Amino acid sequence: MKAAVILLPGLNRDRDMIAALTKISGTPPVTVWQTDTAIPDVDLVVIPGGFSYGDYLRCGAIAARMPVLDAVRRKAAEGVRVMGVCNGFQILLEAGLLPGALMRNASLHFVCREVKLEVANADTAFTRGYSKGQVIRCPVAHHDGNYFADADTLKRLEDNGQVVFRYAEGTNPNGSMHDIAGIVNEAGNVLGMMPHPENLIEAAHGGDDGRALFESALDLAGVAG
Amino acid sequence: MTIPNDIRITEDLIAAHGLKPDEYQRILDLIGREPSFTELGIFSAMWNEHCSYKSSKKWLRTLPTSGPQVIQGPGENAGVVDIGDGDCVVFKMESHNHPSYIEPYQGAATGVGGILRDVFTMGARPVAAMNALRFGEPDHAKTRHLVSGVVAGVGGYGNSFGVPTVGGEVEFDARYNGNCLVNAFAAGLAKTDAIFYSKAEGVGLPVVYLGAKTGRDGVGGATMASAEFDDSIEEKRPTVQVGDPFTEKCLLEACLELMQTGAVIAIQDMGAAGLTCSAVEMGAKGDLGIELDLDCVPVREERMSAYEMMLSESQERMLMVLRPEKEDEAKAIFVKWGLDFAIVGKTTDDLRFRIVHQGEEVANLPIKDLGDEAPEYDRPWMEPGRHAPLPASNVPEVEDYGAALLTLLGSANGASRRWVWEQYDTLIQGNSLQIPGGDAGVIRVDGHETKALAFSSDVTPRYVEADPYEGGKQAVAECWRNLTATGALPLAATDNLNFGNPEKPEIMGQLVKAIEGIGEACAALDMPIVSGNVSLYNETNGVAILPTPTIGGVGLIPDWGKMARIGTFSEGDVLILLGGDGTHLGQSVYLRDVLGEAYGPPPPVDLVIEKRNGEFLRSAISNGQIKACHDISDGGMIVAVAEMCMAAGVGADIDIGDGAVHAALFGEDQARYVVAVGSDLANWLTINAEGAGVPFRILGTAGGNALTAGANLSISLAEMKKAHESWFPDFMAGEFVESADAA
Repeated sequence: MKAAVILLPGLNRDRDMIAALTKISGTPPVTVWQTDTAIPDVDLVVIPGGFSYGDYLRCGAIAARMPVLDAVRRKAAEGVRVMGVCNGFQILLEAGLLPGALMRNASLHFVCREVKLEVANADTAFTRGYSKGQVIRCPVAHHDGNYFADADTLKRLEDNGQVVFRYAEGTNPNGSMHDIAGIVNEAGNVLGMMPHPENLIEAAHGGDDGRALFESALDLAGVAG
Repeated sequence: MTIPNDIRITEDLIAAHGLKPDEYQRILDLIGREPSFTELGIFSAMWNEHCSYKSSKKWLRTLPTSGPQVIQGPGENAGVVDIGDGDCVVFKMESHNHPSYIEPYQGAATGVGGILRDVFTMGARPVAAMNALRFGEPDHAKTRHLVSGVVAGVGGYGNSFGVPTVGGEVEFDARYNGNCLVNAFAAGLAKTDAIFYSKAEGVGLPVVYLGAKTGRDGVGGATMASAEFDDSIEEKRPTVQVGDPFTEKCLLEACLELMQTGAVIAIQDMGAAGLTCSAVEMGAKGDLGIELDLDCVPVREERMSAYEMMLSESQERMLMVLRPEKEDEAKAIFVKWGLDFAIVGKTTDDLRFRIVHQGEEVANLPIKDLGDEAPEYDRPWMEPGRHAPLPASNVPEVEDYGAALLTLLGSANGASRRWVWEQYDTLIQGNSLQIPGGDAGVIRVDGHETKALAFSSDVTPRYVEADPYEGGKQAVAECWRNLTATGALPLAATDNLNFGNPEKPEIMGQLVKAIEGIGEACAALDMPIVSGNVSLYNETNGVAILPTPTIGGVGLIPDWGKMARIGTFSEGDVLILLGGDGTHLGQSVYLRDVLGEAYGPPPPVDLVIEKRNGEFLRSAISNGQIKACHDISDGGMIVAVAEMCMAAGVGADIDIGDGAVHAALFGEDQARYVVAVGSDLANWLTINAEGAGVPFRILGTAGGNALTAGANLSISLAEMKKAHESWFPDFMAGEFVESADAA
């Protein structure tokens, strides 16, 4: 399985993401620059975290209008796995690939800490390496992670099992509705999540709870079906 | 229509530029004529305290700055220290006090931006940041506003730029009511064979302007930072710059990419006094003249005068001398990152600093003399008074030591700083091994299997106030101790000297004696000063801050697998005190926060003992014998043990020995640590300690969910945590009321 990482000015967890993908899959991902209009033939496209274009408009709004995002939309439509973490999640929302919005944290502060995530749906391409209901550790680091959607959208997300990660054990760090930390699209091939699994994949990170997510998304050995 | 550059030079104008009559006379003697308005601005920028170090230079020269590990000492954008395997760490600490008091968010943000730029200008990718923040007393009307703005500004810039903030300090004291301190530290990693300097080389080569456009922000900032405040500070708001971390992040990537092409001969960031300082620095160091054509400078405002362009402190800008044949390649990189790239001048062989604007020469000055001939003062100073010894028996005891401990754990200065550091991204880059809350921040060295770097920022201003010499020593010793407590070998340090008005002999005395203490400790502990910054005139309406020489230290951990943390022990492990029992209560937080007093001398620092105890501990950590370790500082042994217990989530039952109870618990004697070891290793460690001549005592055993010290105190972990964790959020939520349960 091959992966591509989208690079946009102002993203800053791109190096973390590239390091995680390289360590887990053994192969460095290809990188795709903001002005590129096509993405090479890959099985996973990742938009990492950071502050694309300074987040000077709404988070992710400028990025969603760059040429490379059209290429991401095409990949998503073809069924290629697409994953956005943190700013990447915000960009996928702004790009219309996932429903809802991420507002400023309820505390109005940036928050960087470890939270607990419940795997709400272990039946997706990204979460097969976990079991349903499993609670994992994962760090967050964001200013705008407060997930919001209208009642109909929320009901649809819940009914379809599109909520894949939920903040657990009272650790919701941002006020997200339904404790939502990560969702997939209806087809299940586009994942957006606020927490940073790429920062919890090895002993130096104090744990590797994030690893199974990448192993699942990359169809690596050891992940069930 | 032309922009007027001619303004008549009057006495008032000279004074408004912070130049004293004798300093102005020096200018007249040097150039043999009246300076133009632009030239006056240039002199004022180069000769203010901030840029010229005119009051402190004489004393800074006495600091130890070299060693086999030092690649570059003070005098460049940042210090450079060898960490082996062809890698080096590049670091510096710098203050942004005055701007942060005037406009806390932007002041702090641009402080972070400035120090990051200092690091990556040298070719290093920033990998760690720290911030030492000092504010007025909590119930002062401005404090909450400043804390909120400064913390948001530090986070806003650092988080967006993408550097982990791994350490720092936050302290409150009424003496900072009118003058907060924001000391920003950054460290980066570079290859020893790819370090970039500011010294220009070659005649007729293009001088290139990189980064963001020039505006009117910050005009006169460096001069402002060299004056005391009075009640008119609001009028100074326009001298504060505005930060743009997005542009800085792009500038970082563009500069590192450019440096790989071999196009860069010299590079210098535009910090204080922007274009002026950077151009003069590059020329003067390289024995070259510089000619600038201001019509080529990218500007974001209309009709800027030469004076404004030369003194603008707009952020995220760099100046570079370029290999001409690489121009196209270099420009393409900057265009890719959406940044300005403009040839604004050239190097010359006549040693003149020449500025042309609208075709007219508006400045023509001797470039070397601008720096070299800056005034230097041997200001009169007064030997500080010393306190008589204060035996613990002269310090009152209290009824309830449990309440006293809770008071300290939950006090403004003893409470957890989680509220602050959770607003900083501590994890980005994926290399953070220890985040704030322990003795030092630790990151692993990317690309190396086992190596890690430790960072700590320290000073105890009340000690420095009581005895500048011992306090200066203590700041270095505590930093060294914090690094050592993780198992790191301290390599070098940066100093950020924050003091009041040096024209007052008692303030100058504090500076002189503190530097003496710092120098002595740095020499004894092999931790040379490789970079730094001096911030004087930290006074408002004549009241000076506590003397605050912040020390930012860097240490190397050869194998982070054996690193020590403060809370990695469990039930049954044995707690051992290294360095002897507490005896000293002068200037302790027990005096200040429990008894409401401040007297006596600070704890003396014996550098031989410091070194001996620290080296013993470091070798025990590197042998893998230590499960957890914490240095003893504010609040003494019992606060150290309480912090370890809270971090580990396990209680302890300890014996405080036969000395006076308050001194044993809260004494702030130096060179001490608490360590946790497996019960099987306790005897072994103590035998070794005895062999090394390090005083030790087995305190007791970890277990249960309370900290108990015989009949003196027994407090549950939950109670300690509540006191420790709630003060800061409650204070910032505005629900803070003076604690009624103080002993």
